[in-house]
Amino acid sequence: MKDNRPKNIDFSTLSLPLPAIISILHRISGIFVFLGVAVLLYLFDLSLQSEAGFGQVLEILSHSPSKFVAWAILASLLYHLIAGLKHLLMDMGIGETMQGALFGAKLTIGLFIIAAALAGVWVW
Amino acid sequence: MVTSVTNLGRSGLYDWLVQRFSAVILASYTFCLLGSFIAHPEMDYLQWKALYESNPMRIFSLITLFALCAHAWIGMWTISTDYLTAMLLGNRATLVRLLFQSGCAILVAIYLIWGIQILWGN
Repeated sequence: MKDNRPKNIDFSTLSLPLPAIISILHRISGIFVFLGVAVLLYLFDLSLQSEAGFGQVLEILSHSPSKFVAWAILASLLYHLIAGLKHLLMDMGIGETMQGALFGAKLTIGLFIIAAALAGVWVW
Repeated sequence: MVTSVTNLGRSGLYDWLVQRFSAVILASYTFCLLGSFIAHPEMDYLQWKALYESNPMRIFSLITLFALCAHAWIGMWTISTDYLTAMLLGNRATLVRLLFQSGCAILVAIYLIWGIQILWGN
């Protein structure tokens, strides 16, 4: 089949609406969480091995660079979770109108900022 | 009908459902674990070990591990088939995509085996 329709694949000429930005960040955060699971499994394994291992995990998590890594993984997870819940609600037909989608996107950002701040307080 | 050979269920509808079903399991587990961390902020080794030696927690964790593997595979597959395309990469697209998918499959397999070992091996 020959397709002669014009294509615009120059993404720099397009401006994404807010719900689209929320959606692409959902994908990016998913990749981060997928890689972050390796770190979480490592810490989980160590923490259950012995009392010394458990102490080692607490020791690792007491340093600033690893605190930041833990927070980054946690924040990605929380973003993915919140945006995912919005996705599930929209699958049920909730918030599918133009205003609804925009409100849902703003709510996702708002909830994420609160959750990420709380996660920061918890880690530090 | 064209069916893909690399997606989890060989059907988009099946993958769609598994992605949502696993998402609910993953969200429930995350809330349970965060809840227990908040309820016991000073959890020590013995409490932590006892939590993961109880059968309900082991079974819930194992189900979550399966859900994680399915969810991650479907997600990474979707991303790879959306962006690693001939339109963006030309002739090399299929090779690049298969390499990316192989890497993801290996990581998913490592998570699955490692996770089972942590939960049931100790």
